[in-house]
Amino acid sequence: MAQKVLDSLKAHHPAAIEHTESQHGDEIAWVKRDHLLAVATWLKTDPTMRFDAPVFCTCIDRLDWRPLGVPLSQAWTEDKPRFEVCYQLRSVTHRYRIRLKIAVLESDPSVPSLAGLWPAFNWQERETFDMYGIRFDGHPDLRRIYLYDEFVGYPLRKDYPKEKRQPLVRRDDLPMNPIKVAREHKPEHK
Amino acid sequence: MGVEITTTRLEDAAKWAKSTMVERTSNWGRKFSLFTYPFVTACCGMEFMSVAGPKYDIARFGAEVPRFSPRQSDLLMVVGTVTEKQGPAVKRVYDQMAEPKWVIAFGVCASTGGFYQNYHTMPGVDQVIPVDVYIPGCPPRPEQVLDALILLMDRVQSGRGHSQLRAKREQLIAAGQDEG
Repeated sequence: MAQKVLDSLKAHHPAAIEHTESQHGDEIAWVKRDHLLAVATWLKTDPTMRFDAPVFCTCIDRLDWRPLGVPLSQAWTEDKPRFEVCYQLRSVTHRYRIRLKIAVLESDPSVPSLAGLWPAFNWQERETFDMYGIRFDGHPDLRRIYLYDEFVGYPLRKDYPKEKRQPLVRRDDLPMNPIKVAREHKPEHK
Repeated sequence: MGVEITTTRLEDAAKWAKSTMVERTSNWGRKFSLFTYPFVTACCGMEFMSVAGPKYDIARFGAEVPRFSPRQSDLLMVVGTVTEKQGPAVKRVYDQMAEPKWVIAFGVCASTGGFYQNYHTMPGVDQVIPVDVYIPGCPPRPEQVLDALILLMDRVQSGRGHSQLRAKREQLIAAGQDEG
C-alpha cells in the first residue's frame, strides 16, 4: 500500500535513496546518511506524506549475519556496514507506514538525530546509543538511559561477552550460597 | 576485622543452648511480629500479594504488616529480579534497617539470578546483602513462601539469622571470649 510512498520518495530524493525493498508488507527505504535529515523533514512536512507518528528507532548489529553459503570469514569486513539504524514512521493522516534504514560503518557509528523533528525519538535514540553505541549527531541530550554511567561498552553489540557483568557493588564477606558453590565446582563440560 | 558469620548447624545448636532467657523471650516476640519490607521488583510481586492476601493469609504467622520504610521493618523480602543497577539501592535499604534484621530471597531470580544470564541481572541478591532463606520457584507457590517463613521463624527463635549471629559474635569478641 505504501509503495507509492517509496515511489514518491524516489522521485523527490533520487540522490538520497540507495534502494528500496518491501518485506512482508513493510516498505523499507535505504537512505544515505548525509541525506537522512532532509528526507525525514520532507516526510514529516510534505502534505502528501505527513508522517506524524514516530513508531520506533532501533539498530541491528550484522556482525555474524551472512547470506546462506557465504563463509564466516567473508561475512563482515570493514567496508561493509556493520550496523543498520532503523526508523519506523507512520502517517496517521494517510495511513502510510515506512521504515528508513541507514547503513553505518563500525569505524564511524554516527547518524543525524531525528529527535528535533519527532521529540518521541529522543529517548529511543538514547536507548539505541545505550545499547549499540550509535552516536546521534544533534541529539539534545545523548547519554545512557537504561544503564549506569559506570558501564563500559555496549551490551547489545554482538561482540559484547554474553555473561559479562559490571557490578556496581559487591561484598566479599557474605556467606556463600550453597547452590552457587555447587555450580561453580561442577567440572567443565568439554 | 573480618567477622566470621557463616556457621554450621552444630555451632548454632551450641549457641542456642547457651542463649539466655532474655534472648529466647525477645526472639520469641520477634518471630511472631516480622514487619516486612517488600522490595518488589518483578512478577514475583503478584505471588507475594497472593500470599499477603486473605486466601493464604501471611497474617497467620504474624508477618502481615508491610512497612515501606526500612527503619520500621525487620524482614527484607527481595521479591523478583534484581539488576546490577539496583544493587546500591538494595544494599542501602538493607543498611538502613535496624538490627536485628532478616532477608528472604523470594523466587529464583532473587536467589540466583534465575534464567537471566546476561549483562544486567545480578546473579542472586546475596552478592550484595546476606540472605537468610532462599525460596526457589518461578514464581514460588504460596505454600513455599509460608514454609520459608516458618523456616525463618525457626531461625529467629534460635538466633541463627545472619545479623543475629554477627551481633552475637561481635559481643563475644568485645568480651574477649571468642574461642576462634
